[in-house]
Amino acid sequence: MMPVMLWTDALIFLLIAMGIASAWWIRQRPHLMLPWQRVAKSRVGMVSLLVLSLFILVGVLDTLHYRAALPEKNNGQTVYSPEVLSAFDALVSGLRSRTEKTYSAPLAAYLYAKESIASPDGKVLRDYPRLKFGGSHLGDPERELAGDVVRRALFGALGGLLVGLLIAVSITSFRRRPESSKSKMPFFQTCWIPASAGMTNKTWRAMLIAALIISALIGAVANLATVYHVLGTDKVGQDVLYLSLKSIRTGLVIGTVTTLVMLPFALLLGVAAGYFRGWVDDLIQYLYTVLSSIPSVLLIAAAVLMMQVVIEMHADWFDTSAARADVRLLCLCLILGVTSWTGLCRLLRGETLKLREQEYIQAAQAFGVSSFRILTRHIVPNVMHIVLISVVMDFSALVLAEAVLSYVGVGVDPSTISFGTMINAARLEMGRDPMVWWALASAFGFMLVLVLSANLFADAVRDAFDPRLNRTEATT
Amino acid sequence: MIAYLIRRILYAIPILIGVNLLTFTLFFVVNTPDDMARMQLGIKRVTPDAIAKWKQQHGYDKPVLYNTGATGAGKLTDTIFFEKSASMFVFDFGYSDDGRNIAREIQTRMMPSLAIALPTFFVGLLIYITFALLMTLFRGSALDIAGVALCVVLMSVSGLFYIIGGQFMASKLWHWMPISGYAGGLDSIKFVVLPIIIGVAGGVGSSSRWYRTIFLEEIGKDYVRTARAKGVSELHVLFRHVLKNAMIPILTGVVVVIPLLFMGSLLTESFFGIPGLGSYTIDAINSQDFGVVRAMVFLGSVLYIVGLILTDVSYTVVDPRVRLQ
Repeated sequence: MMPVMLWTDALIFLLIAMGIASAWWIRQRPHLMLPWQRVAKSRVGMVSLLVLSLFILVGVLDTLHYRAALPEKNNGQTVYSPEVLSAFDALVSGLRSRTEKTYSAPLAAYLYAKESIASPDGKVLRDYPRLKFGGSHLGDPERELAGDVVRRALFGALGGLLVGLLIAVSITSFRRRPESSKSKMPFFQTCWIPASAGMTNKTWRAMLIAALIISALIGAVANLATVYHVLGTDKVGQDVLYLSLKSIRTGLVIGTVTTLVMLPFALLLGVAAGYFRGWVDDLIQYLYTVLSSIPSVLLIAAAVLMMQVVIEMHADWFDTSAARADVRLLCLCLILGVTSWTGLCRLLRGETLKLREQEYIQAAQAFGVSSFRILTRHIVPNVMHIVLISVVMDFSALVLAEAVLSYVGVGVDPSTISFGTMINAARLEMGRDPMVWWALASAFGFMLVLVLSANLFADAVRDAFDPRLNRTEATT
Repeated sequence: MIAYLIRRILYAIPILIGVNLLTFTLFFVVNTPDDMARMQLGIKRVTPDAIAKWKQQHGYDKPVLYNTGATGAGKLTDTIFFEKSASMFVFDFGYSDDGRNIAREIQTRMMPSLAIALPTFFVGLLIYITFALLMTLFRGSALDIAGVALCVVLMSVSGLFYIIGGQFMASKLWHWMPISGYAGGLDSIKFVVLPIIIGVAGGVGSSSRWYRTIFLEEIGKDYVRTARAKGVSELHVLFRHVLKNAMIPILTGVVVVIPLLFMGSLLTESFFGIPGLGSYTIDAINSQDFGVVRAMVFLGSVLYIVGLILTDVSYTVVDPRVRLQ
């Protein structure tokens, strides 16, 4: 086994490291903890964070890439398979490897299309053949299928519930630590403790109920998935559940890495334009007006078309097809980042223009503090809430944009599994008779859950951080 | 005001030059015409002759910026930059890969785009603002909470879902209307209704919620309290005071979009097979027709700048305190 670090993997690890570092930084400063404690009080926010963290877990597992060693050896050197797998693939290897011939409906035991089957007595008749894997343990699917599905789902749900309860109990006992030791706890623990993180019993209860429902659901699906295709199979017989779960990483990468790319531009230029004014301001304003005056889809399309040409011309840069697809994904993030920083930049410029007239900045200037120091010590910390709000708000928009761009043909590489490529492939299947709806429905369903929980969490964050919003709520 | 407009239009010129340079860099410097030819002809069966022929056909066989072979002004004009990029300023877009004049194509495809985009825009605006006003009227009640929840769910659904789902329901289940296509004149109505409904439905979530935020911000202000104290009814407050004063933030977001309606909606048009500018762009992207993409980028930025100027003008209409100078 040879670990493989793709470009987006590296950026995701960087993001995780930055997340941990800033969590540590915030924990030490009570005034920065305050808005997060407000987030922790929001029931909807915390439940959606729970759902989001499950998605993130899948995404992170899917980020640990490796190439498996092949059994044969070449002059004593281990040969690695050209296929790049991830820890997630290894975890659900059953789902990945159990491919059928073509379409099959969710939880079906028979194939979608009729085929000529030779019966034992030599006659050939056209009928729906049994699936190779889905429900293959059943003797007579027509009679046993429904009962078996219900039984497995129930047992799975019970098992999931049990595991969920165990985890909940262990965390709850963890929570009831003596008061005195609380102040010394690491950050992730304080999150779970209502007294210090502002989480009330109500939030706690809502999260517990949500966690139990989710674990029951996961248990049921996992138990069914061992012998069935829970969401059916697609045209080439791949399990749709597997495809949907793999799409999560692509969505998360688009949503987060784009932000990582755009943030330095927006922050640096926006703050500089607002603080220095004069020709710096003119230049930066000119730059973002030019960029934002081009309709974003067209700019993205133009840039992606050009990137495709470059990648086609330099096929020798990449040793595996996964590396190539990954670079394309990264380029898409870069392009999306370059086209989307303008909005945040404008906001930051406006806020900085307001801040620089404040007394404390003028006092700092009068004391002869250098511009760099004023920017880093006084301006940037005071615009961070705008950055945070716009980052969490952009996330869901980017996930949705990926699907549209892939449909237009300027999205991710066709070999990358993503919601966009799934929808694109399944789009024409609606016209079939009987209709093939499951691939489309699962892509849209997973996307809805991801985007909805991201939106709800973003709302909770905005409510907690936006000073203007708090005031309006107080007056109405 | 006239002086202001002239200044704004002059200010647009450097921006358009910037856009032009950017697209020029993207299309001709990052990728040389040789690369494009190789891409178009397929990597394998490519010979230097074929590349030269393709370049000559598409007019890419000239020097990029400076022609040393030509004489006089020809040194600057007989180049790719002058012919392909600078000519856009007089809306001369050249020819697409299938040999048609892009400018004429844009003219004929504009009408179908507008037939969908204009009704979608105005019906949408009416419905979103009505919905938002209703939520504002019942703010804090269960109705408001349900409305906001509905908005959040609606805005979390992918735009593709509205199109695919709507097309499926209307055409397959109810046999309402043709699934796609377009006809000129009055016949177009039956082709246009479904895209408009879907276009409006797709925007309900985010727009209504946004307008609601604007109205809520306005309703917390002092003049509203004064109006209520005078005994003005809540409906009157909403329509006569809040709506009027919320016009500035609404216009900021809305007027910019109006000129861009010409561009059509990429997704709707290509799904419904409407021969507008949106599907033209998508087809160009899919067939990698760089001439058309370049033309649409330029057209789009011109329209955006027109939209910005219109926004400023519209402020003076709704708010007499705003003076443009």
